[in-house]
Amino acid sequence: MGPESLEAKQKAAIEEILKAYPEKAAKNREKHLGVGSPNDETQKTCGDVRSNKKTVPGVMSQRGCAYAGSKGVVWGPVKDMIHISHGPIGCGQYSRAGRRNYYIGVTGVDTFVTMNFSSDFQENNIVFGGDKKLGKCIDEIELLFPLNNGITVQSECPIGLIGDDIGAVAKVKAKEIDKVIVPVNCEGFRGVSQSLGHHIANDTVRDYIFDGKLNIDTSDVTATDYDVAIIGDYNIGGDAWSSRILLEEMGLRVVAQWSGDATLKEMALTPKVKLNLLHCYRSMNYISRHMEKEYGIPWIEYNFFGPSQTIKSLRKIAAFFDESVQKKCEEVIAKYQPMIDAVIAKYKPRLDGKTVMLFVGGLRPRHVIGAYEDLGMEVIGTGYEFAHDDDYKRTKEEIFRSTVIYDDVNEYELEAFVKKLQPDLVASGIKEKYVFQKMGLPYRQMHSWDYSGPYHGYDGFAIFAQDMDLAINSPVWAHSKAPWEQEG
Amino acid sequence: MQEIEKIVNGKDLFKRPEYQDVLANKKQFESSMLAINPAKVAEVQAWTESWDYREKNLAREAITVNPAKACQPLGAVMVALGFEGTMPYVHGSHGCVAYFRSYFTRHFKEPTPCVSDSMTEDAAVFGGLVNMKEGLKNCAAVYKPKMIAVSTTCMAEVIGDDLMAFIIAAKEEDGGEYLPAEYPIPFAHTPSFVGSHITGYDNMMHGIMSQLTEGQQGEKKQRINIIPGFETYIGSLRSVKTIVEAFGTDYIMLGDHSDQWDMPAGQYEMFQGGTKLDDARDCINSSATISLQKYATSKTMKMVEKRWKHAGGFSNPVGLKGTDEFVMKLSELTGTEVPQKLKVERGRLVDAMQDSYPYMHGKKFAIWGDPDFLIGAVSFLLEMGAEPTHVLCHNAPKGWEEEMRAMLDTSPAKDSLNVWAEKDLWHMRSLLYTEPVDFMIGNSYGKELMRDTGTPLIYIGFPIFDRHHLHRYSISGYDGALNLLTWITNKVLDQLDEDTKGIATTDYFFDLIR
Repeated sequence: MGPESLEAKQKAAIEEILKAYPEKAAKNREKHLGVGSPNDETQKTCGDVRSNKKTVPGVMSQRGCAYAGSKGVVWGPVKDMIHISHGPIGCGQYSRAGRRNYYIGVTGVDTFVTMNFSSDFQENNIVFGGDKKLGKCIDEIELLFPLNNGITVQSECPIGLIGDDIGAVAKVKAKEIDKVIVPVNCEGFRGVSQSLGHHIANDTVRDYIFDGKLNIDTSDVTATDYDVAIIGDYNIGGDAWSSRILLEEMGLRVVAQWSGDATLKEMALTPKVKLNLLHCYRSMNYISRHMEKEYGIPWIEYNFFGPSQTIKSLRKIAAFFDESVQKKCEEVIAKYQPMIDAVIAKYKPRLDGKTVMLFVGGLRPRHVIGAYEDLGMEVIGTGYEFAHDDDYKRTKEEIFRSTVIYDDVNEYELEAFVKKLQPDLVASGIKEKYVFQKMGLPYRQMHSWDYSGPYHGYDGFAIFAQDMDLAINSPVWAHSKAPWEQEG
Repeated sequence: MQEIEKIVNGKDLFKRPEYQDVLANKKQFESSMLAINPAKVAEVQAWTESWDYREKNLAREAITVNPAKACQPLGAVMVALGFEGTMPYVHGSHGCVAYFRSYFTRHFKEPTPCVSDSMTEDAAVFGGLVNMKEGLKNCAAVYKPKMIAVSTTCMAEVIGDDLMAFIIAAKEEDGGEYLPAEYPIPFAHTPSFVGSHITGYDNMMHGIMSQLTEGQQGEKKQRINIIPGFETYIGSLRSVKTIVEAFGTDYIMLGDHSDQWDMPAGQYEMFQGGTKLDDARDCINSSATISLQKYATSKTMKMVEKRWKHAGGFSNPVGLKGTDEFVMKLSELTGTEVPQKLKVERGRLVDAMQDSYPYMHGKKFAIWGDPDFLIGAVSFLLEMGAEPTHVLCHNAPKGWEEEMRAMLDTSPAKDSLNVWAEKDLWHMRSLLYTEPVDFMIGNSYGKELMRDTGTPLIYIGFPIFDRHHLHRYSISGYDGALNLLTWITNKVLDQLDEDTKGIATTDYFFDLIR
């Protein structure tokens, strides 16, 4: 199929899909759907889609909320702090241990990531306020979990509506227990998606970790010229570890991981690094920019999905340092090349020409395109739950051909796009997974790596290739049709 | 580095020496105690296992740690998905709906449709009327459900949105284009800060039953309504229907999500099965209503008994005794003798119980879950001579603790059997350390307890995220009790093998035949 006809087919699909909506909703959704064209200079964002706007009510969006962005994404993985889900019981329960932020520690004793601490609001807390209860929660935590290095208060919807002052409670209690207490006003109704929660959480890192008073000793770590921090890697399935190993092999010292397997001390050490390495731009560009402005630390974006992008990124990072690092960088690339060649030789013939439709969150809708291309696969549609214009601008640089772009796609649209464009693989989240599997389509969860991973770095790419092969070439998809239904 | 012939994921990758070095090297930058002072970690860990810690832990008044309950709208979503072509619609912010859908989907490994009207800051200030008007219209246009069942998040409840007024206003403004006047949009207020997911179940069931039946009252019919309650075992719904059908009586199961969350592969249709809306409208004219979960339907059943004057009442068909009572109730209501088929099934169950009893008798169990599940499951443990040492219900409604205590008091071991109402799973951790048991019965949240205390976990409950297909089975009726018996007995036997497999040390007891 030529590029024109593909583009025409994609545009027709969008037009068709919009017909189901009432007028106002159709007008709104039209702006969020487009066809991205790598060579079209007139496109301001990929496909000229609009983003980061309010979701159309009633359409089954896949988006989450600000609380999810703060507690679930940014703060939750910080392992030696306790994160209180402040409000009714549900939010903390539904988000408990769902993101696979790996860490090392004795859970419940000195680390707390997979646990659920909730202030479990009752009606009287809504009527009379919950500040007193929050204070008591902090006292009880301090008594029963004495090795915590600090507490964050992750506000659920009611907190901002009933006029509680969690900042005041945090201030008083922090003095009492001599530990940092971070009040986060990440109520779920704020903003239009997880995205504002990331921003709010980043701001509280600035205010309470960088500008706050920490009862934590960092003097034993002396800064070196090779210090870097990994920013925006949540160590899902161990991603940050399979990234860190490459950086260390090329002679850099990774002082901090933000925030997968992170500790308070690592965060406190970060303002002294030489370079911030930003993986998930969307969720942590704010704090990176702040560190640039305040401490003069430059930051660069990198992409450790698939060998092509990994090599490009390793060289980009090395170029920032001296020749010794650059030399080691080339050695690292050379060391892993035979393994990568073997992975591609093994899997590319099995995956070549297969098409993929993606719908994920922060960075993956663009970052994983190269990894699929390395395996000979083509991404024919992609979109973000909660991106902004700058994400869609960056996406333009990653696409190789005419690609359907769908922002904040809902259940109806994604299903319709898949039916019309017939990809060989759909890669998205848990809510969508079984819809497509029912249709007999191979599927991979690309938030949680479908309980596998890591996918970052060279070792991660081998797993990625194996998992995509497993999904696409499994015999189970052939069983959907009964023998008495087969043609001929 | 990966070896091409044996690519491994994180489970084995990080055990390799090069990664062990990476992890060890990272410790120099860490503030977690394990990195700085492992001895301190060991000391505190040991303290968390002590009676001293238990007392302080049980004295907690404010913080909840590792809960065993969820919030109201989750239950409302379950109710909605049990009715024909019905879209659950949650009025409030959309993050909640993303959570409900993920939570159910992870448990059932099935899609969970549900929409929200995506309220944000402006709705918090001005109310969510605009969202409701647009949301109902869009939902009807795009998904074409036969009914939309509206519940609320805590945001909408705190600002006090009036669902009934909003729905009427939405229909009026739409002028019948997408939302005709007769379009069924039942609703229920489901504040997350009151009760738990079973309260939400009750409120939504009450909403649907009371609103769909308005003006429908007519001639009473010889027919039984069955309300399953917050039932997460798909097989249980089917077992119950099979039992009722054995009596040859006409019946309506109100809220039957057994097809919705158990769709065959081949194609995807958003809605499958469910109570027919015509049946739901007519359920007021049945002669009896039986609720299988007392604590999950108290408000609904009050309406049915007081206003509708239905016979029936509660009957919890989990375990032998529970199923017997259910069968006898049906026999009484239908005036029919217990069918031969059920007599044979009962006989087979009792036969199996008599085959396996030595392995459950006297074994100590810790168990947690929803109040009605616990009534049935604990009854079964007692029927087998087991000792439910710790029975914990985080979302225990009024009256549950007394009912459970009375049940435990029928056991010869009653003095060592404890009821823990409104406690959480961090409390349970202390209980397991200080008064250990042989086995735990509970949901996936028990796996951290299994790791910490070494107590084997038998997966029965909700949610179960990390074991597959258990929800497809039944835990109700005689066949369901047989499943409970099989799961528990075989876990006991697995553990017996585990404890005796030491070569040349303990394997004299590693018997081939048990």
